[in-house]
Amino acid sequence: MMGRGTAVGSRSGMASDRSGYGRQRAARQRLEVISGHLGRQEASGACEGRQADDVHRNAVPRRRQDVLKWNGWGFRDSKFLFNKKGLAELTGKRYQLSGTLMPGLKDWFEGTFGANLQHRSPAVPALNPSVVPPPNLHAAFVEALKEATIPCTHEPEDRVFHSHGHCLHEIFALREGKIGRVPDLVVWPGCHADVVRIVELACQHNVCLIPYGGGTSVSSALQCPLEESRCIISVDTSQMNRILWIDEKNLTAHVEAGIIGQDLERLLREHGYCTGHEPDSMEFSSLGGWVATRASGMKKNVYGNIENLVVHIKMVTPCGVMEKSCQGPRISAGPDIHHFILGSEGTLGVVTEVTLKIRPFPEYRKYGSVVFPSFEQGVSCLREVAKQRCAPASIRLMDNAQFHFGHALRPQTSMFMSFLDGLKKFYITKFKGFDPQRLCVATLLFEGDQNHVLNQEQQVYDIAAQFGGLAAGEDNGQRGYLLTFIIAYLRDLGMEYYVIGESFETSVPWDRVLDLCRNVKERIERECKDRGVQFPPLSTCRVTQIYDAGACVYFYFAFNYRGLSDPMRLYEQVEHSAREEILASGGSLSHHHGVGKLRKQWMQETISKVGLGMLRSVKEHLDPQNIFGNRNLL
Amino acid sequence: MASRTLYSQRDPALKKRDDFEDILEERRNSSDLKYALKCYMPVLYKGVTPCKPSMIKTMVLQSEQLRYVVTELSKETGEATEVIQGEALAILEEMAHKLHLGTVRFFAYMLNKAFKVLYQRIRVNEDGIQRLQQAIQEHPLVLLPSHRSYMDFLIVSYLLYTNDLALPVIAAGMDFLGMKFVGEMLRMSGAFFIRRSFGGDRLYWAVFSEYVKTILRNGYAPIEFFLEGTRSRTCKSLTPKVGLLSIAMEPFFKGEVFDVSMVPISISYERVLEEALYARELLGVPKPKESTSGLLKARRILSEDYGNIHVYFGQPVSLRSLAQGRINRSQYNLMPRHISRRPGEDVQVFVNDVAYKMVRLQEESMVLRPWVLVATILLQNPHGVEAVWLAEQTAWLRGLAQAFGAFLDWPDHISASRAVASGLALHPNLVCTERGRVRLATEPKGPGARAPEEDLFNHAVTVLSCASYRNQVLHVFLRPALLAMAMDVAPTSRKDDVYSCFGYLRDVFSNEFILCPGAEVQDFDEACFLLTKCSAIQILKQDIVATERGRPTLSFLSAMFQPFLLGYQVVCRYLCEEVAESLPEKSYVAGVRSYAVKRILSGELACLEVLSSDLQKNVLAALLRMGALRKSKAGELVTLRVNKSAINTIENTLGGRVSTQKPVLARL
Repeated sequence: MMGRGTAVGSRSGMASDRSGYGRQRAARQRLEVISGHLGRQEASGACEGRQADDVHRNAVPRRRQDVLKWNGWGFRDSKFLFNKKGLAELTGKRYQLSGTLMPGLKDWFEGTFGANLQHRSPAVPALNPSVVPPPNLHAAFVEALKEATIPCTHEPEDRVFHSHGHCLHEIFALREGKIGRVPDLVVWPGCHADVVRIVELACQHNVCLIPYGGGTSVSSALQCPLEESRCIISVDTSQMNRILWIDEKNLTAHVEAGIIGQDLERLLREHGYCTGHEPDSMEFSSLGGWVATRASGMKKNVYGNIENLVVHIKMVTPCGVMEKSCQGPRISAGPDIHHFILGSEGTLGVVTEVTLKIRPFPEYRKYGSVVFPSFEQGVSCLREVAKQRCAPASIRLMDNAQFHFGHALRPQTSMFMSFLDGLKKFYITKFKGFDPQRLCVATLLFEGDQNHVLNQEQQVYDIAAQFGGLAAGEDNGQRGYLLTFIIAYLRDLGMEYYVIGESFETSVPWDRVLDLCRNVKERIERECKDRGVQFPPLSTCRVTQIYDAGACVYFYFAFNYRGLSDPMRLYEQVEHSAREEILASGGSLSHHHGVGKLRKQWMQETISKVGLGMLRSVKEHLDPQNIFGNRNLL
Repeated sequence: MASRTLYSQRDPALKKRDDFEDILEERRNSSDLKYALKCYMPVLYKGVTPCKPSMIKTMVLQSEQLRYVVTELSKETGEATEVIQGEALAILEEMAHKLHLGTVRFFAYMLNKAFKVLYQRIRVNEDGIQRLQQAIQEHPLVLLPSHRSYMDFLIVSYLLYTNDLALPVIAAGMDFLGMKFVGEMLRMSGAFFIRRSFGGDRLYWAVFSEYVKTILRNGYAPIEFFLEGTRSRTCKSLTPKVGLLSIAMEPFFKGEVFDVSMVPISISYERVLEEALYARELLGVPKPKESTSGLLKARRILSEDYGNIHVYFGQPVSLRSLAQGRINRSQYNLMPRHISRRPGEDVQVFVNDVAYKMVRLQEESMVLRPWVLVATILLQNPHGVEAVWLAEQTAWLRGLAQAFGAFLDWPDHISASRAVASGLALHPNLVCTERGRVRLATEPKGPGARAPEEDLFNHAVTVLSCASYRNQVLHVFLRPALLAMAMDVAPTSRKDDVYSCFGYLRDVFSNEFILCPGAEVQDFDEACFLLTKCSAIQILKQDIVATERGRPTLSFLSAMFQPFLLGYQVVCRYLCEEVAESLPEKSYVAGVRSYAVKRILSGELACLEVLSSDLQKNVLAALLRMGALRKSKAGELVTLRVNKSAINTIENTLGGRVSTQKPVLARL
């Protein structure tokens, strides 16, 4: 559910953008930046970046709470509300949808959840610093940090900000003003050397380190373990955000791991490149976080998931720095040590620098959408696309409930447009005989050189036609992708009116996709009913990624909790059952959210006792003192 | 232990049950033709698109599972896949139903006519029908009726048709196909036919299981089959067969459906059509081959009164809830689901437990008429009783049965003597009343002297028929009676002695009665609870003792099960005395029978129920299970090897003649 973040405003022009700017200018700029970086590093040691902080360059500053909500998703200036006329709108100017009115949302919202705009469940207005427990500081450690001139703070606001990710229960507690265990200190290393120093000091003084990247975890990974009695230090990597070099011969870039997605893409774009890695959270999530959770990007069909993108990783562990000695594209030298790091969720060390593959920024981009008479046929189509290996950069299939949800988010349109929509609807439901309560929509995003894209598009639409799919236009496709990154803002809106929700994902072999979707959705509905939820919950899913041997499925689950005594407990029980159902139906523990502490209990079942032992022995070797004590995963 | 959760209700007498309504009443007042032609628009499983039976066949033939088996067989035998595919088609043609609404309407018309003549009332719990209507829409449905009569096949479909519910697809034995027209008629009213045995035939198994699963997965129609496998000739529930049930559960285990609802249906007949036929069959007159002319001859039964039928649709049981915490469904994640493999130990045990649970649920909702109490008392008093005493005794037994949770259809305003009288009136062939005394009927001795065997045989028919009514109530008394018998047999009154005897008897009789595997403790607790409740026993710190008041109850209970105890002993004695070391399995029944006849005629044995082949077969199964007999196969010939000392031990223990049976008891 984490909002599909994107570089602000950069989307709208892209569809028609071929080669936006002069090649020469680009090349010059590129050279300047590269030489600038290299020179800086050679001249003045590792930590120049610290002063050069780039308030103007980075979307997220050191004091995050200045720009981001302390108790909700995203930027402070952007939020959904129902205006006086009951029309929904997104405030601010950041997003393409900002400022547009969505007249259908209220009815959908009230009808789906049995909610009422009169019944509000507002959050506490501001953080009360007095409820934040006083920091348990380790004086000697703090002293040593200061000596090393590494910035740090124990301000309550910063500590609270670093104490959570974006799980429902975390945000719900913040909205109620409940603060649990928070880090005692937040520290901002500016470069690899700073991290080395911090880890050394931590080992020396036996304090607990919790690496913090973008803070978008949805697995309780950032929660401070209650049983931890040592001083807990949140290591915020956000100031390690430079591209250190770009290698155009090998198409790689060496980047500090604290950089967040939108900055990385923006900076690379200045040189005419991109990584193409676009997880839904890319507005806020960091490169190091992607590595640590085995992240997946929406456009992985073209660019690959994070494990396909990394060429080299540098990680600081309590034992020292771990890295490979060369940048060979593939190495047969025992198990790949990168795979100990990928998905380690901050339990082994801090990822400081990563060499990533980059690609020339795509020449051509095109959206598309297809309507299918039923979800079953949609899945068959996606399966065939995977089989023929002609997947566009992104292909997603929404079920009927999400189709209706997407429909509710349509902006107010002119008479003519709504007349046109009416015609389309008539064509699909009456002429083609699609049942509005069964049909579903796939959204498509093509990227690459124009010829290739157009051929691929033809192939995909041909396959879709075999499964009864009708092309439904570029607009619908594009809107689908716009919605993915505002959806987390919508959760905050729901929470204003007694509606809570969450998403979770899994990966599953093709032959079980339909069974899994049906079983999990039904399990959620049934658990809610059995536990006394009055109004049927929203229980819906979409297929978001396709692979040769299976797919990634996303579930959204939300319900109206008005009148329930302990909605969080109920919610957690339902989510727990849903995960059990996923595992029983042949799904995996997680496709890309990771395990954290939320799904830890299923690790042994997932990777076997022996597998767990292997991971444990790595942890014991690298970190016998449990310095990286966030207790995720194992 | 699973069964612990399966029976949480402590006091069975508090069980809540639905009320009945007579559905024949409406039929008697309206036109049969109109009824048969009524608008039939059943609700279906959530939005399923109805499809023709032929569509199901195509789906089965094209299924991955079947194609896989065909390819495998082709590899093994070298036969072309087309040939094997052809065989599969032939099997499917022979098996598949062809539900045809016209035929159903014809049956409805005919059955209406027949039911109105045969029965006084057909009473159904309307709430059960309502629940069924709900359940049909939510999840694929499995209907599990009890099986006492051929009538069971028709009656469920008849009721569903009457109530505008989806008609079930019914598993029937292939032997029906031997009947001209009728087989095909049944096929067109929803029956599909399976061979009685197809152990090694993988192709047959694949077609059959895929057929059942396809119907279930698509929620095309409720599936109906008889857990007991065959009609119970004794009116006692038979130990369930799990084959079909485990097939029906597989789609759930493999995640292909969210849940499966299983609905136990208890059909109780005040008088079973096949009554005398069954008794003869049990005595060794072979079952008549199903034939149309036989059916026509059976027309004369139309002239008799068969009382009431009670049909109780139980609460739908969710397979998912039963499997919760017992079955790890992810065990199916590592292989393609179309490759079938032997279910794991946990699954087998689970399926078996569920099968027992469902049969128990059937038993519990069987309606008992006062007549079964009368039959129970008469069988304990073979020489007849005073009518007045019989009424008193029946009233007493009624109280006891109700305390034990029996589902008695005996309204409060009907006096015992009236209830007894109406029971007697309905069974003139079994009982006679002479000068205020009631006794089992015996045919008058004819002029010509008949062989004593023939007399014995005739009398045994009456006794076994009568026993089939008593048997209906046995499940109510079974657990307390086992405790009563255990107290008789146990060397001391110490709790653990009684418990181990209880466990031993339970083990011995587990082929005879429905005793859920692994539920010794619960059964013992239940027995103790019930007998304490009616003050028949007292549970002291160390001991279990009978109270003075309770002695009649205890001895009545023991006497009720005495025929079984005796029967088992007689078989043991036969094996010890008459068999050298081994005997061919085929000659077992005949051997036991002639031994028993000899003993009865010589006056050593008074119990005629020993002659029942059902009992004899159950003993055989029990002895094999307990290792006192062993099967060995040489070609076609199956031989039973007798372990005499083990048999001796069993016989002595049952007779209560042992106090030093530690080795045997230790087995428990």
